Amino acid sequence: MASDASQGAIPPAVAAAAPPVRLRMTGIDKSFGSTRALVGVDLEVRPGEVHALVGENGAGKSTLMKILSGALQPDAGHMVLDGAAYAPRGPLEARAAGVAMIYQELSLAPDLSVEENVLLGVEPTALGFVRRRAMRAQVEQALALLHHGDIHPAARVRDLSIGAQQLVEVARALAAKARVVVMDEPTSSLTQADTEVLFEVIGRLRNSGVSVIYISHFLEEVRAVADRFSVLRDGQSVGSGEVATTPTAEIIRLMVGRELADVYRRMPHAIGEPVLDLVALSGRKMPRGASLQLRRGEILGIAGLIGSGRTELVRAVFGLDPVASGQVRVAGVSTTGFGPPRMLGRGVGLLSEDRKSEGLAANLTVADNLTLSRLRPYVRWGLLSRGAIRQATGEWIRRLGIRTQGPDQPITGLSGGNQQKVALARLLHQEAEVLLLDEPTRGIDVGSKADIYALIGELAAQGKAIFWISSYLPELLGVCDALAVMHRGLLSPKRPVGEWTPEAIMHVATGGDADPAPAADAAGNPISAARPSAGAKETRA
Amino acid sequence: MTPEVRPERLVGDAPPVSRRLVGLLGPLLGLLVIIVAGGMAEYLKPPLGGLFSDLLHGRPIQAFSDYFSGGAPNYWGPQNQCMILTQTVMVAIGAIGMTMIIISGGIDLSVGSVIALAAVAAAWVVRLLAPSSAAAAGLTGDSALWLPLLALAVGMAVGTAAGATNGLLITRLKLAPFIITLGMMSFARGTAKWVANLERIATPSNWIMAFTEQRITLVDILPVNQAAGRPGPVFAFPLFSVPVSWWPGNWTGPVQTSWAVLLTIVLAVGAAVVLARVRFGRHIFAIGSNEATARLCGVQVERTKVWIYSLAGALFGLAGVTDYGRLTVGDPTTAIGKELDIIAAVVIGGGSLSGGSGSVFGALIGALLMAHLRNLCSHLDLPNFVQEMVVGVVIVVAVWLDSLRQKKKA
Repeated sequence: MASDASQGAIPPAVAAAAPPVRLRMTGIDKSFGSTRALVGVDLEVRPGEVHALVGENGAGKSTLMKILSGALQPDAGHMVLDGAAYAPRGPLEARAAGVAMIYQELSLAPDLSVEENVLLGVEPTALGFVRRRAMRAQVEQALALLHHGDIHPAARVRDLSIGAQQLVEVARALAAKARVVVMDEPTSSLTQADTEVLFEVIGRLRNSGVSVIYISHFLEEVRAVADRFSVLRDGQSVGSGEVATTPTAEIIRLMVGRELADVYRRMPHAIGEPVLDLVALSGRKMPRGASLQLRRGEILGIAGLIGSGRTELVRAVFGLDPVASGQVRVAGVSTTGFGPPRMLGRGVGLLSEDRKSEGLAANLTVADNLTLSRLRPYVRWGLLSRGAIRQATGEWIRRLGIRTQGPDQPITGLSGGNQQKVALARLLHQEAEVLLLDEPTRGIDVGSKADIYALIGELAAQGKAIFWISSYLPELLGVCDALAVMHRGLLSPKRPVGEWTPEAIMHVATGGDADPAPAADAAGNPISAARPSAGAKETRA
Repeated sequence: MTPEVRPERLVGDAPPVSRRLVGLLGPLLGLLVIIVAGGMAEYLKPPLGGLFSDLLHGRPIQAFSDYFSGGAPNYWGPQNQCMILTQTVMVAIGAIGMTMIIISGGIDLSVGSVIALAAVAAAWVVRLLAPSSAAAAGLTGDSALWLPLLALAVGMAVGTAAGATNGLLITRLKLAPFIITLGMMSFARGTAKWVANLERIATPSNWIMAFTEQRITLVDILPVNQAAGRPGPVFAFPLFSVPVSWWPGNWTGPVQTSWAVLLTIVLAVGAAVVLARVRFGRHIFAIGSNEATARLCGVQVERTKVWIYSLAGALFGLAGVTDYGRLTVGDPTTAIGKELDIIAAVVIGGGSLSGGSGSVFGALIGALLMAHLRNLCSHLDLPNFVQEMVVGVVIVVAVWLDSLRQKKKA
């Protein structure tokens, strides 16, 4: 790649000085009240490179990117974009200067068409009337540049898949003639296939000279798409370098500031009597005839692609979705057809995959969220005792190491990892014996993930049964006792985790039979095989 | 290696051109059902009896034309149908403005009160400035033209001011439109009563009244075909006439419409073009669909909202002036409860209260649908409370059917 300023590719004269710089942020400070979010942060991004910005949640990545996009003003420090001073006073100025943001939660207007979304706010007009033809041409050009002319400019965004919507966002950045594109966790809601498409598109952006700042919790992704990386920790720059020459363990060490000798530390736990039985359980569409037995003290992982029916399975078990046929038994007693209140009474708890809109009540405090499912202990003379609730919440905050200002903080003020801990604490607080966890580690940082793995191990040691859905194979392989895989609503037999390889899981998840496929290639270590990104690797060569 | 997974359904297709029309089809169908069923129901009324009592009593059914030559349902008569159009004007103009507000994700509960305030303000201006010589006979001379024009301008200005106030308060105080406009609803009603001194404001008659009266003859149906010298009516169009051999006896007389109806149609076409083709209109959809995104993309969300409420306010003011014309007095207690009719019209026409969708023509159909229901109920001699009950049921059923259609599509 010509513009890629990796070692040796630069003419000697330039190399002697410095590689070309697209964006330089120097000594950025930002405080919110007494909290110092950023302290003298430096960031340097070259033209035509994918620069990964990594760090735990709360490390200051979002704040830094908000400053870059003009949403926040820095207290100190300055920014230079292509040699010119850059100090945007708002998102509009940043956009005009060629800095585009692509957010984790898609920021599209679902009722408008693709072309209207791409050019929203910068529509070509004549006397106030939108010039349709010019609009169409501009958008088609942007989509063609992404090699995705297959997305029709007049299609309504609501009708597109999430993956296609993501591409519309990228097209919007392109149409704004972006020189720097910031992607904040762009793959968190994408399927693996869509992720690959996105990686190809990122490769094309880089080839056309655009600088991409890529924020992700998945270090495998960083390895797959990024050229260089910078690490933030507690609001400070702690290092940067070439991705190719830096081991993953080193990046993790920089992120968390300590050695993560073993993220997936197994805790000894004994497996007891069966507590949850599914007998040929079928939902309206999915699952289809799922049978399974879960024992006390067992950690059972459910792997599978997004849309394979895993979420429908736990929802049917918990009584959120109707059961068409089959049986659910808790501790030997049938609970088929029970709704959530009665399932709670039987000691079954569900952690929703959708933390924002289902898992937590966004307007309420930490204490309200944590105790919502079991308020009875706090009733005094028919009234709820706020003091008792606050005190109990305080204990859970301590036990789980939840980082919060206190029980009365609104839940939205917490980082994703800490919100998830509150959601987990709620299950524990309601004294659930069977924990149905749907993607409990999605979108949270490495440190919080390690905490949650440890907690899951501890709970198993206490004799609780864990039913754990995850799309992230390394954690399933690292923490679970047994695994089953779902494909199109069908659940494979459960096997001890030792009998599974990532290849075998992918084989079953994509429609192969349940017999483990012969391991074709031993080269793939569990981490890189978990999120295959062959496409991205090719674009990089 | 791991099996390869291909992206699924990445491609997005352009929606069929007919989609927007299909969206209108539902309300339109509902309207037709009401018209057809309503006219037939009128047969059940004792004086007519006709077809239905023949069917009920097993009598041989006479030729269809026999029923019409005697007494056809008055509801179906072209005169009545045209009158319904004229009666719909106020709600229709209000619904055009309300459509814009609802598409942007807002709501305006103050419509009814703003209509009353504008009506009172227009009447007040006419009474104040009318020459003392002009009695009930009407305005004459110079002032006959400019005084009603001034009243119209004042009415629309009052509406615009109320709308702008709504918009400014919503965006500055950052409060829900529901609350702000609820406040305006009460405030504007009170102001109207104050200006009118708790009375109806009577004024000399003028062209605003003529404007809302049925004055344009589309066709005059003469009972006797004098031209041909034989019995049977003549369709006398403005430029030519056509004799016909039979026609229901009670459907004779001029079929007329008013300038206000034509103005409403022009306004609707204009608003539809603005919403579909003008940047401002697309920004209304963007704000209603995802306000955060619109802001991110540099849409001046606050300013646009103030414009939306002001523009809608101007239309509400105009609706108020037409109400003054129709009633011939400025009545401070007019249009109480009309906000619900207007909102219902928009919702029946495909508007979503969560924003992002809605259609001007759909809203017009919705307004017509409710006007038809009310007119029909009075033709069937049903008491007023039945009208209200039926309208309530229709609103819920219409929106429920629409949600079914949306679900099927997804």
